[in-house]
Amino acid sequence: MTSISSASPAFTGKDPNNRLFGPLPDVQGDAGYEAGHPERVGFFTDTSVCIGCKACEVACKEWNTLPMDDSHGTRDTMGLSGMSYDNTGQLGANSWRHVAFIEQVRTVDLPMPTFGRPGDDRQGSGPSPAVSGDAGSQAHMQASVLNAEALSEFDPQTGQSGTDKQVRWLMSSDVCKHCTHAGCLDVCPTGALFRTEFGTVVVQGDICNGCGYCVPACPYGVIDRREDDGRVFKCTMCYDRLTDGLMPACATACPTQSIQFGDLDELQARADARLATLQSQGVETARLYGRDEDDGVGGNGAFFLLLDEPEVYGLPPDPIVTTRDLPAMWKAAGKAALMIVGVAASAVLGSRRPR
Amino acid sequence: MTEGIATRGGGWRRADGPPAETRKKKRRGGRRGGRGEVAMVDDVEFTSYYGRPIIKPPVWKTPDVPLYLFLGGAAGSSSILGALADVTGRPALARASRLTAGGGAVLSVVYLIHDLGRPARFLHMLRVFKPTSPLSVGTYILSPFGAAAGGAAALELLGWFPGLKRFAGLVSAVFGGPLATYTGVLLANTAVPSWHAPHTELPYLFGGSAMAAGGGITMAFTPVEEAGPSRKMAVAGAAIELVVMHRVENGHGIVSEPYHEDRAGLLLRLAKACTVAGAALTVVSGRHRAGAVASGVLLAAGSALTRFGVFDAGMASARDPKYTVVPQRERMAARAAEQAHASSLTQ
Repeated sequence: MTSISSASPAFTGKDPNNRLFGPLPDVQGDAGYEAGHPERVGFFTDTSVCIGCKACEVACKEWNTLPMDDSHGTRDTMGLSGMSYDNTGQLGANSWRHVAFIEQVRTVDLPMPTFGRPGDDRQGSGPSPAVSGDAGSQAHMQASVLNAEALSEFDPQTGQSGTDKQVRWLMSSDVCKHCTHAGCLDVCPTGALFRTEFGTVVVQGDICNGCGYCVPACPYGVIDRREDDGRVFKCTMCYDRLTDGLMPACATACPTQSIQFGDLDELQARADARLATLQSQGVETARLYGRDEDDGVGGNGAFFLLLDEPEVYGLPPDPIVTTRDLPAMWKAAGKAALMIVGVAASAVLGSRRPR
Repeated sequence: MTEGIATRGGGWRRADGPPAETRKKKRRGGRRGGRGEVAMVDDVEFTSYYGRPIIKPPVWKTPDVPLYLFLGGAAGSSSILGALADVTGRPALARASRLTAGGGAVLSVVYLIHDLGRPARFLHMLRVFKPTSPLSVGTYILSPFGAAAGGAAALELLGWFPGLKRFAGLVSAVFGGPLATYTGVLLANTAVPSWHAPHTELPYLFGGSAMAAGGGITMAFTPVEEAGPSRKMAVAGAAIELVVMHRVENGHGIVSEPYHEDRAGLLLRLAKACTVAGAALTVVSGRHRAGAVASGVLLAAGSALTRFGVFDAGMASARDPKYTVVPQRERMAARAAEQAHASSLTQ
């Protein structure tokens, strides 16, 4: 058994009546929808087949008519992030899909040819095209104009440098997680954020008054306020398309089925099978993120298959919805309020009455 | 590609960066930090996406929100003092407290509305009541408080309807305590690491700070012979503020760090200096007019600086992915260790 909270022991996540934390089999029913509501839908983003084409970003911007912004979320400016092929930078009010890009290297312990490499001092051990005969002078000429060190380390036959490096690109299309226990939804004081009949979380633009509370309440940093508008915006999972029986724009546009849309139960089963396949193929770094309904947000409506630790992609490794601890906070606030009354009362009663 | 690699991450690291950002031992040797109480976190390793923050920093504006926290606190504690002074026959103290509470309430409403992205829609706050939203609960604390305290202050100035004035003052006192402490929940109920970690302490901190401010301000505006309760409440509030702040600053490992560093650290050191000086001056010369005014100003400044400092520390902790990743990794490691321990016990 895991002990889930040190702060609010009353909420173990196993209590069926506790709606702040833990798994919820029927999210829509919990939000007040009557039986017979549609199945909960979601995204399964399989990053192992993402090619980083950003069709999802474009489709999302087009369908939802999102304004242009740069990698810091500054509206109506165009700019390069200067850090990678990722010029979207982050999820925000104007970017509801964000393709993360990470170039990684690792040193490998593969058996390498030990003969004939340029710069290898055992020149007699085998044939070496680079140092024998005329080719030797050619290599010397190249080395004089190019980086000698890099040349000597690079093996043209294996395409690998002398330090035995491998390179890979991680690409992942990030999106609002549509949490089972959504912090943004919990803290919204106007009711602008609501749970749809599909189990997703959507902002009503005509209600939001821009208080901004949802922004720091999101453990994933998804929702943000739009400059010059004052209201908050985030992925709606194309609520308008869903109501008309269409797939969300990003999933429709994805050319590799990296973004899969469907009923959440079905997607979860598909993801489990995909993970098993990858692991049987030896991809040991594959893991599902947001799939576990016992996690800090009761599982995500949009979950991921990742090839590295979540924080590599800019995702929190162990997010917990902030409202889990709210009962403890209210208790503390109540006691602190009584403390003020007590101190004030004793201050008044402990003072001599003026003449 | 990944066959034969047994390590968890497969040995992959970002091509243009270190395997994990390593943090050097960094402690600011502040003049007041010589007591050796700071929990040191050495050489924390963590990974991030190009150093970008994971959570979004709050969009709340400064000085709007810190001033709202300060004014709401001062108004809340003085409303309680005012009601108690009224029923125990201290008219001058009651008057000063009512004016402080009313002024603070009106100003804090102004700041709260000004901070909205769509100020014209502030009434949308009253569409729903949600106990899961501290801002919603706060709206239903601030609205009756503002009406009652503002009304009491207005009647005080106009000199009309003394009975209604008393009643309004009592009503405001009912909401005064919650107004002063709910703001702690407002900040704590976020994913901001340095606000969420001390989530049971912030209400007490803000409560203590509110009493220091309310006591200080009413002390400055009340004849010294009637201001005894103000002095006592101010000193007690300052003591609570200092003790709880110490725990917030030092009891939460790495997420306590932003409370010591940069602008937040400076603000909080200034806050402590002001609060200590104000409380000491209250004890020494609070019975003299000039002493009362000076210590009242110091205590109010200390309280305001505390709010600004706590606000800044939270913003800093939201902007640095380290404070999001490292505590969550520690939590996961602790959970794994606990599970391993539990399974070893059952076998």
